[in-house]
Amino acid sequence: MKSNPIKVALIGNPNTGKTSLFNQLTGLKQQVGNYPGITVERKVGSCSLGDSKNATILDLPGTYSLNTNSLDENLVIELLLNKNDNDYPDVVVVVTEVENLKRNLLLFTQIKDLEIPTVLVINMADQMEKKGISLDIPKMEIALKTKIALISSRKATGINDLKKIISNYQELSTEACLNASEIDSDYFENLKRIYPNQQNYKLWLVISQDVNFGSLNKTILQNNSFSKSDAELKRLQHKETIKRYQFINDILKVTKKTDPTIATDFQSKLDRILTHKIFGYVIFFGILFLIFQSIFDWSSVPMDFIDEQFASLSSWVSEHLPPGKLTDLIAQGMIPGIGGVVIFIPQIAFLFLFISLLEESGYMSRVVFLMDKGMRRFGLSGKSLVPLISGTACAIPAVMATRNIENWKERLITILITPFTTCSARIPVYTILIALIIPDTRVLGFLNLQGLTLMFLYALGFIMAILSAKILNSILKFQSKSFFVIEMPNYKIPYYKNVGLNVIEKTKAFVFGAGKIIISLSIILWFMASYSPKDAFYTAETTISETNSSLSEDEINDKIASFKLENSYIGILGKSIEPLIEPLGYDWKIGIGIVASFAAREVFVGTMATIYSVGSHEDEVNTIKQRMKSEIHPVTGKPIYNFASGISLLLFYAFAMQCMSTLAVVKKETNSWKWPMIQLFVMSGFAYIVALIAYQLLK
Amino acid sequence: MQTTVDQLKKGEKAIIVAFNLDTIPLKLIEMGCMEGHMVELIQTAPFGDPIFLDMNGTHLAIRKEMAKEISVEIIEN
Ligand SMILES: Nc1nc2c(ncn2[C@@H]2O[C@H](COP(=O)(O)OP(=O)(O)OP(=O)(O)O)[C@@H](O)[C@H]2O)c(=O)[nH]1
Ligand SMILES: [Mg+2]
Repeated sequence: MKSNPIKVALIGNPNTGKTSLFNQLTGLKQQVGNYPGITVERKVGSCSLGDSKNATILDLPGTYSLNTNSLDENLVIELLLNKNDNDYPDVVVVVTEVENLKRNLLLFTQIKDLEIPTVLVINMADQMEKKGISLDIPKMEIALKTKIALISSRKATGINDLKKIISNYQELSTEACLNASEIDSDYFENLKRIYPNQQNYKLWLVISQDVNFGSLNKTILQNNSFSKSDAELKRLQHKETIKRYQFINDILKVTKKTDPTIATDFQSKLDRILTHKIFGYVIFFGILFLIFQSIFDWSSVPMDFIDEQFASLSSWVSEHLPPGKLTDLIAQGMIPGIGGVVIFIPQIAFLFLFISLLEESGYMSRVVFLMDKGMRRFGLSGKSLVPLISGTACAIPAVMATRNIENWKERLITILITPFTTCSARIPVYTILIALIIPDTRVLGFLNLQGLTLMFLYALGFIMAILSAKILNSILKFQSKSFFVIEMPNYKIPYYKNVGLNVIEKTKAFVFGAGKIIISLSIILWFMASYSPKDAFYTAETTISETNSSLSEDEINDKIASFKLENSYIGILGKSIEPLIEPLGYDWKIGIGIVASFAAREVFVGTMATIYSVGSHEDEVNTIKQRMKSEIHPVTGKPIYNFASGISLLLFYAFAMQCMSTLAVVKKETNSWKWPMIQLFVMSGFAYIVALIAYQLLK
Repeated sequence: MQTTVDQLKKGEKAIIVAFNLDTIPLKLIEMGCMEGHMVELIQTAPFGDPIFLDMNGTHLAIRKEMAKEISVEIIEN
């Protein structure tokens, strides 16, 4: 018979390796990184403990203590104070690591005070030898009244010991390891009198900060002679923290030894260079340059290769499947549409690789440090830069990454401006449009004009983000408490497995996510293009060939195809929005592409491929780029994708808020539809105006 | 010699003697900012702010306005 799984919660300071341990226990692949605040939500997985016992493991954001400052940290305390929570743990695993043990143990002593069965994990045991650290585990176990598992989640050692402790969690002591109420005995005695059924430390946590805690009526406290002012409460918290540190210091003095000949000052030396006033910037911009170089230059070889493969796949399909509209859809709509996304795998993989390296090495915190002062001018803080950098990959994780910004105003502004940064979904649109309208020449002998344009668009996105931050900062009037404390984690050589997994998983998610939308959209579009409410649509073949008998067969077929497209459902829809977008230099087909892009930007190319494939009768397969190039405006007779309309389209995509998933995540993070709707209408409205001006000036 | 953390020079070590409880967030205290603990200034960011400290073995960065609120006694070497 199987018993209920044991509920385990992983709790610990940021960056101690909770998620790495979670991945070890559950076999899942959650993202890890050497930057405090990588995990921002609850994640659940299951783990077999042997002896037919199972556990559900809960990964949580890191927190420095149970006194919380930011939203991600709040998750932890809300869970621990709410016995009715579905995830309320049977046993808490407090994750610490050898190098920062002293600080990590602070949280451990607090959790012990809650009288929940608690295991102590000391992670990163693989670092002990290198750093000359030795620990007396049995002595520690006695002093801390717990069981200790010394593990390395990277080298997968000690995991079985931990599993054994978890499966026998009922044997763990639930006694607190120090008596925190000594800091003010009278006060805590009084509390006990009023709430005889509540656990003392829990009460203290609720009183000393704003946490939701249903059953407790705080108003009773206010009428009591012994209740304390905020300042007094803070003083008590301070006393409590000092008391805990004293306790920890006393234990570590006898249980932890560091060999002074081995401990080096390497980290600080490295930081003297990497965060140096001048070299720091030089190195940072050098890294950015390297990232751009990889995206624009090194990626082109595999990209050309993929392009050719898809082109030959298309022609293979159209040769080997029975000719007809369905084959056209597959060969000229779907395959180029998918190809239009797959081709960006090299660029996107490079982007994820670099961001992952920045996070894993510990460099990201240094960027925060270097840029803080500059960012403050715009109502942001150095911490806002991390979402802006990771937003170049995708805005969704970037918006979620804002959770570790304590100041609500800074956080809101960062969320609102993040979609301006050039995310990877824009790369497909930009690249194809640039190839169509910007000549492939070099300026000053070495700068590629197309690459330069792309770089300009990245800069434009970033500048827009910063400027909007400045504007928002002066519009948004609410005040919120601001303080800036950020830990600088030790540098680590990035672990190839973490980085590799991260790159593969994220790239896969991008391609499959986009692939699914593109396939379903192209099927919908194809149906809408193949049917019509008008009778004339279905008799077009005969009527057009009869009235135009003087034309050649090819011309007649062209006429039929374009007549049918214009009178299909999609054509009618497109024509109805045409007046709105005509001043921007687009025809109705681009209009359909733009509308479809509000689901996700990267579907633009696939949408155009599908529409063009239906609208032509030609059997020969062109790449989507050639197909777009040959589109002629029916009225002006000029190419549809000319310099003016192309620039206008690029600017539209740079500024418009076209991504449903981002809007959904902003709704979730800000808890209201107000902010995502503001993003949608303000950004898209602004995009429209800029595109309009650009086209009218350039045409 | 007594001074505040924002006045430290690069590489200078000091012992924390007092700090303003009303303005120092609890988070910093939890990271090791308390009387008797050692701080060393590792680096100042461009334009002098924020500053990068080794506080009781934890490497962290805070802004100058906060550093002003922490009084220290410089250790002579
Ligand atoms: N040397 C070594 N490094 C480790 C070990 N476990 C984790 N790390 C590294 O420590 C860093 C932090 O790991 P994470 O698992 O993301 O830590 P976390 O506690 O989930 O961090 P947050 O989600 O930010 O709170 C990563 O760079 C890991 O590669 C270990 O056993 N040994
Ligand atoms: Mg994590």
